[in-house]
Amino acid sequence: MSDQAKHAQPKRGRKAMLILLTIGIAIGILFWGGFNTAMEATNTETFCISCHEMEVNVYQEYTDTIHYTNRTGVRATCPDCHVPKDWTHKMVRKIQATKELYHHFKGSIDTPEKFEGERFRLAQNVWSQMKKTDSRECRNCHEFDSMDYTEQENRSSQSHQQAEDAGLTCIDCHKGIAHSLPMQYDPEQDAPGKSSFYSRLDDPHGQTISPQEQ
Amino acid sequence: MKRSVAASLIGLAALYAAAVAAEEVTSLRGHAVTDDADDALNKPTLAVPGGFGVAWEEQPPMIPHPIDNYSIDLRQNGCLKCHSPATFETAKAPKYTDTHRVDRDGNQLDGLAPRRYFCTQCHASQAGAMPLVENVFGER
Repeated sequence: MSDQAKHAQPKRGRKAMLILLTIGIAIGILFWGGFNTAMEATNTETFCISCHEMEVNVYQEYTDTIHYTNRTGVRATCPDCHVPKDWTHKMVRKIQATKELYHHFKGSIDTPEKFEGERFRLAQNVWSQMKKTDSRECRNCHEFDSMDYTEQENRSSQSHQQAEDAGLTCIDCHKGIAHSLPMQYDPEQDAPGKSSFYSRLDDPHGQTISPQEQ
Repeated sequence: MKRSVAASLIGLAALYAAAVAAEEVTSLRGHAVTDDADDALNKPTLAVPGGFGVAWEEQPPMIPHPIDNYSIDLRQNGCLKCHSPATFETAKAPKYTDTHRVDRDGNQLDGLAPRRYFCTQCHASQAGAMPLVENVFGER
């Protein structure tokens, strides 16, 4: 009798452990799945343009560009270019985006005029970031390695090969392809490899100095 | 009475406007310039390495590449990305000449003169469409 009781104790413990583990795993899956689903929901164009700052300014400009409509019917939406694909970088970007929430509720750029006032600084943030990551988001679709230079127009073919040799990245030449360029952007100051528009790279929180003032 | 006269006048004006709008603008090609069926409109822009020859001394050189992706607007002039004094060497492109820095009063400016800002006023890209009028200029 006493022998049986001795054996029942660890058995019951094991059972409880098993139940706890199952519940734990279930909750884990639920939370993780929920978290990922929620994060993916914020990774859609619909979500991006649910803020009118995005809808009336940058989205309208983008609908006129080749990343919106083109002959082959492939479309790159907001997150394709502005949110990294891999998990770690995506998380970092999502955490940084909380600042955008703050400025949305504060109304920092809630009129086209206010947005235009900040456009140069904001654009340089994105350019600097793309320069820093070697245009990582562009390269989800466009890679030097997959380019057939014989299919490209003479100028493109030459420029791409030179850029590849010089170690340049997409954003060095392709600024303003999906959105209007800022008023202060001066194409003469933006020769490939000699651009003066990556100032935000070294000093992300500093004041923007336009090339004219320097 | 007055009101009905005014109403009929407005009606007449509207009819006239509609008639004017319906009248199509025709071109040398024989149909509306906005007709999408025109082959010439749908021809791809020519890309010619080395550029086109000029037919007379002061002819503005024609643009030997597509320019659809460059804008010349209030914000900036996309042509300057390659054709400005600061960038032409890197881009291996012809630089706009010094005459483009002279304003209408003959003053030499630091940059492009405002009257020269809209490049496509004089320089045009080419579609390879058949000329509609015989060209008697020779290649220079």
